[in-house]
This record gives sequence, structure tokens and C-alpha cells, in this order.
Amino acid sequence: MSLPSGSAVRFDGTALGVFAFFFVLITVLGFIAARWRRGDLSQLHEWGLGGRRFGAFVTWFLLGGDLYTAYTLIAVPALVYAVGAYGFFAMPYTVFVYPIVFLTMPRLWNVCRKHGWITSADFVEGRYGSRGLALAVAITGVLATMPYIALQLVGLEKVFEAMGLGALVIAFVILALYTYSSGLRAPALIAFVKDAMLYITVIAAVVIIPIKLGGYGAVFDAAGKAFAAKGGDTGVLLKPDQYWSFATLALGSAFALFLYPHATTATLSADGPQTIRRNAVWLPAYSIMLGLVALLGYMALAAHVDVKDGSMAVPALINASFPPWFAGFCFAAIALGALVPAAIMSIGAANLFTRNIWRAYVNANLSNAQESRIAKNVSLLVKFGALLAVLYLPTKFAIDLQLLGGIWMLQIFPAVIAGLFTRWLRASALMAGWIAGMVLGSALAWHQGLKPVITFAFGDAHYGIYIGLLALVVNFVVAILATPVAARLKREAPVDRTQKIDFEDVVPD
Amino acid sequence: MRTMRRWLPLILVIPFIALLWVPFYNRTQPAVAGFPFFYVWQFAWVVLAALLTWIVHRGWRA
Repeated sequence: MSLPSGSAVRFDGTALGVFAFFFVLITVLGFIAARWRRGDLSQLHEWGLGGRRFGAFVTWFLLGGDLYTAYTLIAVPALVYAVGAYGFFAMPYTVFVYPIVFLTMPRLWNVCRKHGWITSADFVEGRYGSRGLALAVAITGVLATMPYIALQLVGLEKVFEAMGLGALVIAFVILALYTYSSGLRAPALIAFVKDAMLYITVIAAVVIIPIKLGGYGAVFDAAGKAFAAKGGDTGVLLKPDQYWSFATLALGSAFALFLYPHATTATLSADGPQTIRRNAVWLPAYSIMLGLVALLGYMALAAHVDVKDGSMAVPALINASFPPWFAGFCFAAIALGALVPAAIMSIGAANLFTRNIWRAYVNANLSNAQESRIAKNVSLLVKFGALLAVLYLPTKFAIDLQLLGGIWMLQIFPAVIAGLFTRWLRASALMAGWIAGMVLGSALAWHQGLKPVITFAFGDAHYGIYIGLLALVVNFVVAILATPVAARLKREAPVDRTQKIDFEDVVPD
Repeated sequence: MRTMRRWLPLILVIPFIALLWVPFYNRTQPAVAGFPFFYVWQFAWVVLAALLTWIVHRGWRA
């Protein structure tokens, strides 16, 4: 059985009512959040890290809401809809992430807590005694985050488009205001509602839609036929040519994820290293959901949803499969899925800018209250910039920048993650590696026509490698080779403000 | 016992091997409940990786 072809813009009063209800609800929650676990919001660690008081439960919702963004929920099934199995690199990606988090992030939390650090750039400065390297880390973070926020708004736009409504700006102003007033507490509180709604949406979709379509076997068959008709590098299984790009994209993306300021911010807001470890065990529940969401791409094919723009596949499928009231509910869930990460990203970028750019280079004598105020204003500015970008620049621009952003983000891996375990690498060598990685990564991506993968041919065999990962390898090699040189030129490394024990858990007595 | 605990985190390498070895699981059969093996394997590893992380976590605390 096939579903009626999805006319994207089908929308009535019921759906609007349901949508508006949830939007008002989360707006109220966003402002109430300022009083939740009350802290002095004129302190940056209170506004920007929620006072580092979130337990395992809150952190699970916060990180889940933060990492599995609306863009992800739209873009992954869009890719699966367009090319099939290749889009599933998101699955191994999210499998790889959590062991990495488990082994690294508790150390970062411990050392940052000990020294009152709020960003990864704070850590790099304290560890290597290099303001320049810290600036490089901060700039990378801010640059990579801006297009990511813009893409969240694109996700939001898709939903409003599907509902036939142009109220993007209103949603956006609401987001900006409650983030300004409540800081990280707002997305943390809203994440509860958002994630609950998202789970309901996804479970309903992956149970009900396949039943209508004759079961999962039929869905995979239909998708396979659709790809066979389409041809090219598509299909419900990978082509041998795609093995390497599939694996390296997954691995590189996994290394990059927790370097993003929004991930670091949400991680550092946890109340302890054990909270982070427990989350590394339980966050994969979201990965199951992501895998199911990816399958929506196949369901859209099986249901003969025909859209030009793949990112409309899921909204169109929802519209075609559910009664209006539930479609409104689903769209609200996706819209909230954009607001929570957008809020956290703007906070993460604001923390970086305030601490590691403004405080380090413009005004070193900021009072705590001034620091917090600047961060609030920067968070507004960042979001406003993202909104302008969405309204006036082509979407492709944001997508291309986001792709470059992933490649850039990976390049702070040696300074931040290696720095958690060893200080053998010199700051100047890390700087050289960072420059090499940034230049090479951007140049290769540019040369490939802003594609993430570069293909090497050996005879008949083709190996696609994720450019970010390739640039990271070069980055590491440069840093390792340059370290003995740097040590020779300048015998003494600057003071390391951390001690070995700062990275370990504090044992309660 | 002590050495075992020190080496325990190494089991976290297993999910990487399992999923980076793409040709091994890029196949249709054996399918489960209509899902080609490619998908079954990936979903299974979400759960198995979480389980391994949990085991390391338990060992850490003990």
C-alpha cells in the first residue's frame, strides 16, 4: 500500500493549535528556568555552565537534546533518502563517540573544575601557557559554531515551510530572549519537553508508518528498487567504492563532536566526572533513535514521497502519514529540536568569545558581572548573525561552512585531547600543526568542490578519505616533528598550571 | 586483578574494529525482521558498545 504523495504544505487549524500550545509552553519554561536551581546569573559559570550542577539525569537530556539536533534529524534521513546506506555513517559515528567521551571528557571536567575553567581554550591556555594557542582553539570553535547555528535555523525553517507558516523570526526572538535571561538553564529545562516529544514522534513514526507500508522488509525492498531505478552510488547496501569514505567519515566525525563548544559546554555543566561516565553509557539510547530516524528516509521512498529537496522528505512523510493534530505535534518536536542546540551553541560560542578573545585580548580586568554581561550580549549577537545568514544568504552557504567547520573543529584535537594525557607536545609545535591542518583541510575541501571526501585511486581501486581526518593526521605529524625542534630553540616550556592529580577524580573522604 | 583493571578500558577498541571493518557487515543476509544484516549489525553495536562502556565503568569504580 502506498501513502498519498506528500504535499508538503498541508496545514490546518488543529495542527497550528497543537504547535502553538507547545511553543508557548516551552517559552514559559525558558523564562522560569532562570529560577531553577537558582544561582547568581551575573557569574559566567552560572549563566554559561548552569553552575556545574546538572546531575546524570538532567545531563542526559541536555546532551541528548544538544547533540541530536534538528539539523541532524532532517539531514540524516535526507541523505538516506537521496543515496541510501551511505547516509548511515551517522550510526557508527555515534557508536564511536561515547567510548571516546568516556575516556577523555571526565579528565577535562576534573581539570576545568579545579581551575574554574569554562572553555576548552581556558584549559589549553592553562596547560600550555600559550595565549596564542588558546586563541586558535577559541577562534576555531566560534567559526565552526556559527554556521551550525544557522543550520539549526534552516531546520526550523523547513518545519515552518511544511506548516505553511512564516513565523521563523518570532520563534527566534523567543529563543534569543530566554537564552539571554536564563543562560544554560533554559535549554536544560526545555530539553526535557523536547526530548520526550521527539521520542514520541519517532516511536510513533517507526511503528505506524511501516505497518501502513507492509512492514520493514517491504520498506527496504521498495527503497532498494527506487535506488536501482535511480542508479549511481546509491542503494540499501554500500558500494565497495564507498567503504573507506563511510568508515573515515564516521571516525572523523566522532573525534570532532566533543570538541565543538556546545558539546564541551554541556559536558562541563555536569556535576561530576561520574555523571559524564554514566552518560557515556546511557546516551547511546539516542543513537538508536537516530538510526530509526534515518530509516524514515527509506520510508519516504517506499511511500513514494516525491520531493526535490531531500530535507523536505521527513516533513512531507509526516504530513502524509499522520492526522493534522499529530503532525503539528511532530513539527513542534522538530522545531524544539532546533531551539535547544541553537541556544547551547550560542552560549558555548559566547563563553569562548568572552573568556578567550575579549578577556584575553581586549580587557583583562573584567569583573565577573561584566564578563557575564558580555557573554549574554555575544550570545544575542551570534544568534542574530545566524538569523541574518539564514534570511539573506543561500542555504548552501551555511551547509558548506558547516562542512568546513567539521574539518576545522578536528584540528584542535591535538591541543585539547592529547593535552589531557600528555604535555610532551610544545605549544608552538601544536600551533604549527593547527595551521597545517586548517590550511590543508580547507584547501582540499575547496578543491573537491566543498565535498568532505577526497578520493585516491590505486589502479582500479578507489579509496575515499574524509578530509578532516586526513588533515588531522598531517596536523599530528607536524606537531610531533616540530616539538623537538621547538624544544631545541627554546629550552624551557612555559609554566604548566595543571598537575597530574588535577585530571583525576577527587576521591571523597 | 589489578592488572586486569588497568587493561580493561582496552575492550573499548572492539566497537571500532567491528564497525570500521565495513566489508564484513555490508551484506543483506542474515536479515532479521526484514532488516538487512548491514542495519542489524549497526543497531546491535549501539547496544554492545554501551554494554562494554558500562563494564569498563563498573570495573573503574570497583
